[in-house]
Amino acid sequence: MIPEIGHYALVLALCLALVQAVAPVAGARKGDVALIAVADTTAPAQFLFVAISFAALVTCYVTSDFSVATTFENSHSSMPLIYKFTSVWGNHEGSMLLWVLILSLFGALVALFGSNLPPTLKANVLGVQSWIAAAFYLFILFTSNPFARLPDAPLEGRDLNPVLQDLGLAIHPPLLYLGYVGFSISFSFAIAALIEGRIDAAWARWVRPWTLAAWMFLTVGIAMGSYWAYYELGWGGWWFWDPVENASFMPWLAGTALLHSALVMEKRNALKVWTLLLAILTFSLSLLGTFLVRSGVLTSVHSFANDPLRGIFILAILFLFIGGGLALFAWRASALAPGGLFAPISREGALVLNNLFLTTACATVLIGTLYPLALEALTGDKISVGAPFFNLTFGPLFVPLLVAMPFGPLLAWKRGDLLGVAQRLLAAFALGLAALAVTLALLEGGSVLAPFGIGLALFVMGGAVTDIVERTGLMQVPARTAMRRAAGLPRSAWGTALAHFGLGVTFLGIVCVTNWGAERIVTVKPHETVSLRGYDLTFEGMRGRQGPNYTAEVATFAVRSGGEMIGNMQPEKRSFPARASQTSETALLTRGFSQIYLALGDSKADGSVVVRLYHKPMVLLIWLGACVMFAGGALSLSDRRLRIGAPRPAKTSLQPAE
Amino acid sequence: MTRKQRRITLISVGMGVLAVSVALVLNALRDSIVFFNSPTDIVEKHVAPGTRIRLGGLVAPGSLQRGDDLNVRFQLTDGSRAITVRYQGALPDLFREGQGVVAEGALDPNGTFVADTILAKHDERYMPKEVADSLKKSGHWKDDYPRQTSGGAKPK
Repeated sequence: MIPEIGHYALVLALCLALVQAVAPVAGARKGDVALIAVADTTAPAQFLFVAISFAALVTCYVTSDFSVATTFENSHSSMPLIYKFTSVWGNHEGSMLLWVLILSLFGALVALFGSNLPPTLKANVLGVQSWIAAAFYLFILFTSNPFARLPDAPLEGRDLNPVLQDLGLAIHPPLLYLGYVGFSISFSFAIAALIEGRIDAAWARWVRPWTLAAWMFLTVGIAMGSYWAYYELGWGGWWFWDPVENASFMPWLAGTALLHSALVMEKRNALKVWTLLLAILTFSLSLLGTFLVRSGVLTSVHSFANDPLRGIFILAILFLFIGGGLALFAWRASALAPGGLFAPISREGALVLNNLFLTTACATVLIGTLYPLALEALTGDKISVGAPFFNLTFGPLFVPLLVAMPFGPLLAWKRGDLLGVAQRLLAAFALGLAALAVTLALLEGGSVLAPFGIGLALFVMGGAVTDIVERTGLMQVPARTAMRRAAGLPRSAWGTALAHFGLGVTFLGIVCVTNWGAERIVTVKPHETVSLRGYDLTFEGMRGRQGPNYTAEVATFAVRSGGEMIGNMQPEKRSFPARASQTSETALLTRGFSQIYLALGDSKADGSVVVRLYHKPMVLLIWLGACVMFAGGALSLSDRRLRIGAPRPAKTSLQPAE
Repeated sequence: MTRKQRRITLISVGMGVLAVSVALVLNALRDSIVFFNSPTDIVEKHVAPGTRIRLGGLVAPGSLQRGDDLNVRFQLTDGSRAITVRYQGALPDLFREGQGVVAEGALDPNGTFVADTILAKHDERYMPKEVADSLKKSGHWKDDYPRQTSGGAKPK
């Protein structure tokens, strides 16, 4: 019964979406207040029905109802409750349901909290949002029904892919989807603006908080995915330039650009057309990511099952929304009033530079991701484009961005003084230079560019601090005045500085771990000791352990540094009988921001075992930086200015249409 | 600066960045892409020793030999031809005889493939797509490969 309720609720959500796709848009055209108001009810109702549907699926999983096909395929009665819950989206059908759950959530939020939006804009936004929702409800109902029943209910499920039986599954997909799907709001706003043929600074102010929220979640979502891959896959890598990772990284790059260009539009009423285009492109890249991951054109841990019909369906959605969005843009954008002017050396100029580099970098990632697919389709040659390609293209484009980053916030709007800003950045520059010199003198190994990387990272971090110091006048005025000014600074200023600082932190981590990481792959016998970077790991033996739905071989290693015991590491090898499958669980020992990383390989008859041992200096900074960026975004989002909304021109205030 | 000059500055900076990135992409595409081959391709296309490629196929049953110092040797087959692969290091969790894997590396002058990376599947149910395609091409694909363990249960 429960699966049928879930299925039915989803059909109802589709019906509501179809109504909402037409009524408010027609209302906005005709000036019919009643039709406009329809979306205020249907959007939250849609969310309610999708939530019921989702809850029904959760119930199926938690109660191990194996008469439902997806539950049978992806769950097991002996799994811990948390994994029963998370396996809801550990498969294609369920993850698409999570996708639409979040999509409808955003729609409902716009309906509930968008009371300060002009009614016609809000109606159009919710209408467009509903087009997307309807397309995906149809996709789920026709190609990926999570509630399909099996004719004979099996007694036991086939268990979740062991790689996914991890807390990471509880965190990474929901966060990532909040980001991915959140950009649908920016897209809907852009399309609504094109439909209305009007766009102004107020529009940018309404869009910015949504974009910012999506960006924040995408940032931590990607970071958590990266950390999960790092400790789960057992290869010590934190980023593989895998097409699926790129699929989430491209919307991030475009979204970051959008965040910055919307700022120019809000403050200076410039870059309007460009901002619209970016809003369309960002969500297009999210859709492309969904297509790449969900259609099965790529092989990865994310592609659960291949069904050609799904691929074609998503491709159709992709063409409809990207093609439609861009066509509407081409048709209507020229009608929008051009924006203001600014000198090349100015805050706007810096933000244009930011956009230029971010979008080009995004384009290179896009080429690297799609080129193998295109080549295979055209010539049949199968190639792989791996890390070397991206390091050679993305790297050189991202470095100038980092160099320019500290300058941006210090430049004045309209017309800036580059020399003056350079003087104010002298301290940050000196810090970077000092770090470069120290690195050059003290550390060996790594590429010749590594010390420059360290210097650049500290310059970026120093630049963010300089921004705050300059704004509060910490060096010029008495400390108390500076404190008062700091308290009075808009939170968005703190947010900017914090997010920029976070990027510097991430970059520092990347440079350190790439250049000074160490690894050993060795066979150890019991009571033998392996050493790496001054850490001595003694293999004390293996023992068996019975997990809820697996058996594990646990190795114990005593870790000593300079003869002193600092901890135990217990990597495991787990066997899952339901899937006849194995995974290794790595052991991590954190020392400051660095980690010792130990993964088990094969064990041999004489009791010896193969281990992969890594030293990862400063590795935690990579993800910590992302968390700092998230905090920066949150701080900026809490800015009063964004909550109260933009002042609206009095004459358009309550008229439903023109 | 006049309006025109500003616009020209903006456009030329944009063009400059684009030109640089196009150059970077073309350069990287020339040097850093890796072609995928099946064992049959290697024999038929006469892939030169030292060229970096990916080789995919099934690990031939009974061919896996483990030596000292984590050296392993095994045969990778697509049903028609088999290539000996040499690898030093720890094998992935799902590496088994009879399963599809992808090895990255280069041929040595004797025709042995020296791999520095071995990729197995993330999930025991599915075969790497490249391997599945090349098995289909060589006519050795069996429909039950991807769902060997599924017991044939299908939703109706």
